[in-house]
Amino acid sequence: MTVTEENTANTAAAGEAVVPAVSRGERFSSYDVEAFEVPGGREENWRFTPMKRLRGLHNGSAPATGEIKVDADAAPEVRIETVGRDDERLGAAGTPSDRVAAQAYSSFTSATLVTVPKETKASKPTVVRLSGPGEGETAYGHVQVRAEAFAEAAIVLDHVGSGTYADNVEFVIGDGAQLTVVSVHDWADDAVHVSEQHLRLGRDAKLKHIVVTLGGDLVRVSPTATFAGPGGDVDMLGLYFADAGQHQEHRLFVDHAGPNCKSNVLYKGALQGDGAHGVWIGDVLIRAAAEGTETFELNRNLVLTEGARADSVPNLEIETGEIAGAGHASATGRFDDEQLFYLQSRGIEEEQARRLVVRGFFHEILMKIDIPEVRERLEAAIEAELQAIGV
Amino acid sequence: MATLEIKDLHAAVTTDEGSKEILKGVDLTVRSGEIHAIMGPNGSGKSTLSYAIAGHPKYEVTSGEVLLDGENVLDMSVDERARAGLFLAMQYPVEVPGVSMSNFLRSAATSVRGEAPKLRHWVKEVKDEMAKLDISSEFAERSVNEGFSGGEKKRHEILQLALLRPKFAILDETDSGLDVDALRVVSDGVNEYTANNDVGVMLITHYTRILKHIHPDFVHVFAGGRIVESGGKELADELEESGYVKYIEKAGTTAAV
Repeated sequence: MTVTEENTANTAAAGEAVVPAVSRGERFSSYDVEAFEVPGGREENWRFTPMKRLRGLHNGSAPATGEIKVDADAAPEVRIETVGRDDERLGAAGTPSDRVAAQAYSSFTSATLVTVPKETKASKPTVVRLSGPGEGETAYGHVQVRAEAFAEAAIVLDHVGSGTYADNVEFVIGDGAQLTVVSVHDWADDAVHVSEQHLRLGRDAKLKHIVVTLGGDLVRVSPTATFAGPGGDVDMLGLYFADAGQHQEHRLFVDHAGPNCKSNVLYKGALQGDGAHGVWIGDVLIRAAAEGTETFELNRNLVLTEGARADSVPNLEIETGEIAGAGHASATGRFDDEQLFYLQSRGIEEEQARRLVVRGFFHEILMKIDIPEVRERLEAAIEAELQAIGV
Repeated sequence: MATLEIKDLHAAVTTDEGSKEILKGVDLTVRSGEIHAIMGPNGSGKSTLSYAIAGHPKYEVTSGEVLLDGENVLDMSVDERARAGLFLAMQYPVEVPGVSMSNFLRSAATSVRGEAPKLRHWVKEVKDEMAKLDISSEFAERSVNEGFSGGEKKRHEILQLALLRPKFAILDETDSGLDVDALRVVSDGVNEYTANNDVGVMLITHYTRILKHIHPDFVHVFAGGRIVESGGKELADELEESGYVKYIEKAGTTAAV
């Protein structure tokens, strides 16, 4: 067994040392919103979130006033359905673990179900576009992506538009299935989105779960991965780019409760402008029964300007020594003067040198997004972000 | 024919504890076609001289001038200096993750030449130069200097020299950390460039062994932040024999770390 640990949150607003009061595995979960107390903002789970900007999603004062609009461009093999609350397939991937998720679960009226039938390989990526309810409106939603046994597909959930939105997104990955999902949060400036994403992997299933957060006033995405059988392998990748005033929070939890599963977490963020705030929490729990686990998690933040802030908190709890490997690393830094000097000393202008460095920073993740349309769009989005501040 | 004149150059390094003067009045003129070896003990300020000329942000020039054909390069940004025809082969080339060598080289060549090289010619040019330096083609797709061995990094510095075609090249301890074969390959690369281009070279080194491959026209001893003696090749032979001891004393020794 190897356990590695690297410089945890250096420069730029290092998070205080965190000793979880209780194991992450003990966190309460329920489908019922009333089972949760209204959070005040001091709770471990909420301490980084600007509660006022949640617009009441957390305290019951935000009734639904609109709906999320769903458009799909699906592969011919993939089935898209709209189902009611009572559909018995819903809730299979996990239970809401905070009050906003439970509020969403208690409030949605219809859910979108995306099914990749068993032993089927989708011939092209399926894109589900979720448009916000509009400025000043609030909506709750629910999406479930089901990859049946030995299915293979790529699914893009593309979040755009305005408004306030909370949802649960489930990924139910059958035995031996292989799924790539990209959840893109390309909201308009006013949008608030709180999303709990439940990743449930069957025996020998493989899931690549990619979160991309670009837009929005406040975006908080909490992916939780669990394993229903041995041999599961989850890659959790994230890319975020926060501008002035944006709060982008990603809270991950990987729960290794059974043997011989793998998880690999890699999140990278760039932050620029006054009040840009990135939060990354990476909880990994290896329970006593999870022998043979292999896990690694890494978060890197690049603070491009003054006034931007990144918090990065990895937590690794290990209850058995019989694992293949576990490690975590986290670092937050500014532009590296040596890199810029090197590039400039070859005649490359400062502005272009900075762009090269930022592109290089994200390259590692972009290369893992094996859906060309999505990758190209993200490359363009990163260019646009850089242009915006003349980096 | 170009001239690089360093006149009474003083420079300090900025650290957390404050500013410390390293260069204490350097005077040197290098013309196209000349190779000047700058030799000195560790800590004498040789590398500071190269960084100060290139414009590293850590070093502050406190007085003096560096003129390239009469123009003061100290007024230029780092990239402007490179475009004006200066090149620094670094002792410790920097890793730039996620930026491929091919993208980097093309960006640099485009900047220095003022236009993007025609793709077809460019590919061949890079390939040829890489072959001369025994660099495997797979390096083109690797990130700049990332995970390269010391020798691989130095070869890539000389590759950049060949592609960017400067008027003046400063080679900062290019020989350090090279084994015998790598030293020969790198020296051959430098010699080929100087033979085919009208270039002035400042070869900064601690040891005399690279001078068996690259023959200097002038040898300068650098100690205590300035040039303390100048001569021809025979000066290098003398250093080979007796080392730097007498110069360290002469310099009044802030040197020698």
